[in-house]
Amino acid sequence: MVMPMKVALFIPCLSEHLYPQSALNMVKVLKHVGAEIEYVDEQTCCGQPAFNSGYRKEIVPVAERFINMFHSKECVVAPSGSCTAMVRKFYYDLDIRDELKPARDELAGKIFEFTEFLIDIMNVDKLGGSFPHKVTYHDSCHLNRELGVFEQPRKLIHGITDIDFKEMSHSDTCCGFGGTFSYKFKELSIKMVERKCRYIEESGAEFCIGADESCLMNINGYLRKHNMNAQTMHIATLLAKSLNL
Amino acid sequence: MELQPRLTKHYIKEALDNERLRSAVERATATSVQKRDEKVAEVPYWEELRHRAHSIKRQVIENLDIYLEAFETNAQKNGVQVHWAANDEEARRIIHDIARENNVETIVKSKSLTTEEIHLNSFLIENGFETLETDLGEYIVQLMDQIPSHLTAPALHLDRKDIGKIFHEKLGVDYTEEPSELLAIARTTLREKFLKADMGISGVNFAIADSGCFCVVENEANARLTVGLPKVHVAVMGMEKMLPSFKELGTFLKLLPPSATGQKQSVYLDMVGGALRQQLGEGPENVHIVILDNGRSSILADPQLRESLFCIRCGACLNICPIYQQVGGHAYGWVYMGPIGATLISQYLGNSEGRYSPFVSSLCGACYQQCPLRINLPHHLLKLRNQIVDDRKTGQLERMGIKMHAFLSRHTKLYRFLTWFPGKFQQLLPKKMAFPAPGYTKHRQLGRFDSKGFRKRFSEMQDSKK
Repeated sequence: MVMPMKVALFIPCLSEHLYPQSALNMVKVLKHVGAEIEYVDEQTCCGQPAFNSGYRKEIVPVAERFINMFHSKECVVAPSGSCTAMVRKFYYDLDIRDELKPARDELAGKIFEFTEFLIDIMNVDKLGGSFPHKVTYHDSCHLNRELGVFEQPRKLIHGITDIDFKEMSHSDTCCGFGGTFSYKFKELSIKMVERKCRYIEESGAEFCIGADESCLMNINGYLRKHNMNAQTMHIATLLAKSLNL
Repeated sequence: MELQPRLTKHYIKEALDNERLRSAVERATATSVQKRDEKVAEVPYWEELRHRAHSIKRQVIENLDIYLEAFETNAQKNGVQVHWAANDEEARRIIHDIARENNVETIVKSKSLTTEEIHLNSFLIENGFETLETDLGEYIVQLMDQIPSHLTAPALHLDRKDIGKIFHEKLGVDYTEEPSELLAIARTTLREKFLKADMGISGVNFAIADSGCFCVVENEANARLTVGLPKVHVAVMGMEKMLPSFKELGTFLKLLPPSATGQKQSVYLDMVGGALRQQLGEGPENVHIVILDNGRSSILADPQLRESLFCIRCGACLNICPIYQQVGGHAYGWVYMGPIGATLISQYLGNSEGRYSPFVSSLCGACYQQCPLRINLPHHLLKLRNQIVDDRKTGQLERMGIKMHAFLSRHTKLYRFLTWFPGKFQQLLPKKMAFPAPGYTKHRQLGRFDSKGFRKRFSEMQDSKK
């Protein structure tokens, strides 16, 4: 018998404040596959919004605090590819104090995005479950391109027995969110999400599944404002629902 | 037409309002991406070739002085006159002097984006030289008094109606929008000019250090006419175009055509070895090459950003870019556009003029995936954003906001209190009000704050199980 994996949760800002349900569903799925859950109470933000806006030295203390908080955990799991990429890859672009660099390296090796964790670390093959609906999947940019996580969410979706999965065209095209980009270049960002929503609609899916709450918020915002049919759903919620957790 | 990168926000708005432009760009880029993907799939070891090209260029760029000196020596042995230009002004003066010394009246040009960078056309015309672009796209753009909107397809933003109209206005021919007729009109006009021209100006795709030879890759044969017919030839080259020897050229010739035009090979590969009219009885009497720095050596100084000098100007990053696909090339406000343009603008023109350019990106990274040289454009954009911030070229309000955010992120209790507040406040407002992001919600509903937040809900969930 393998010892159960002890998972420390990293709950990014959007999951904490706007979409706690999908993060709770992630917890349920993780427990379902036998992980022990721990919540680090002092956690705040990983610093990504500031980093992407060009502020590096300003967030070094934020990153150092994050490293201190999480590096000694067995593993860290987040329901977001972009926040995981921030810690795993972009903390290397920050002037972290020398004595903290080993801890940063250690953390980079054990922080995982949720679907990547299930497939690559927990070796989940098929979760089974039932979700008799037509769904499509949006590849979030950081998850797909920075972390190389493309197959894992698809494997999990295909694992649901009665699901009808249809790839949309250009599933890996950006939804136009890009953090502060969506505010700095509003009109441009709108045209990008408009296109994404057109692809979703053309796929005929009832649900657009995603692994990053930020993209889903952006896509859902457009779908609702324009009374389109498709709903967005975080992959953790999809799995929890299909397993009736 | 003069564009300025600091007006990029304005250009973006204009482009977004221009439905014809947007559909032309969307159509053209979609076709390019599709053709590119099909051809790339046919090239064996594509990924290995990308890695190989990247390491060749790294070796070249990190030892650029050695290769440039070797190239100069070998080119001179071939009878080519080598000129060094530190900036655009020097380059213009050198070319002007060559034209004067040779009593030039008419100049034909082909395949040279670098001459756009140094604003050569308007300068030569102002100084009394009849100067004509001969590649179809460039020719159209020149007739319209615009600059190219794409690295390899300069007139990509225009449709055939635009082209028919400008031919009718500027060349006095009957209006037609039939592509074959338009092509015939351009060809007839341009062939006459070739025969008359005293001087040809071309760009350079690759310069071979150990032979002093330079290469131009093309499809229309205008570059070979530009080199071959007039008695004087001037090639203008950015100093990063070096390759050590012909041995390395093959790798790049496999990568460039699929990336640029979705072709397995381009139709013509012109190699200029020197001024050979005396030996061969044809070709130019004298050949000059102007090697341009214009900011490149300062890019070279940064170990990460020097990767920008690996660029072979194929345009693949433009075609795949979801932003370029929406707004086209002029929105970036400079001769280099798209993701590579966004990284080059502030590096060439400084953090003040280029203060918005690296921000015109959602950092999606599709460009990096497509780049045949594996230039990590999204990471470069992030670094350039940081330079602009450290140079204090961003707004005070944003700076304060970020500092506040960074402070709160280190103080959990205060963070929690202040993030609790907008949730409560938003719930008091009618659903339609866009707090805390006014202006964001014209076409997009805003997310709603949760009444409790994850932390509280999680602890409730844990308690209920006990």
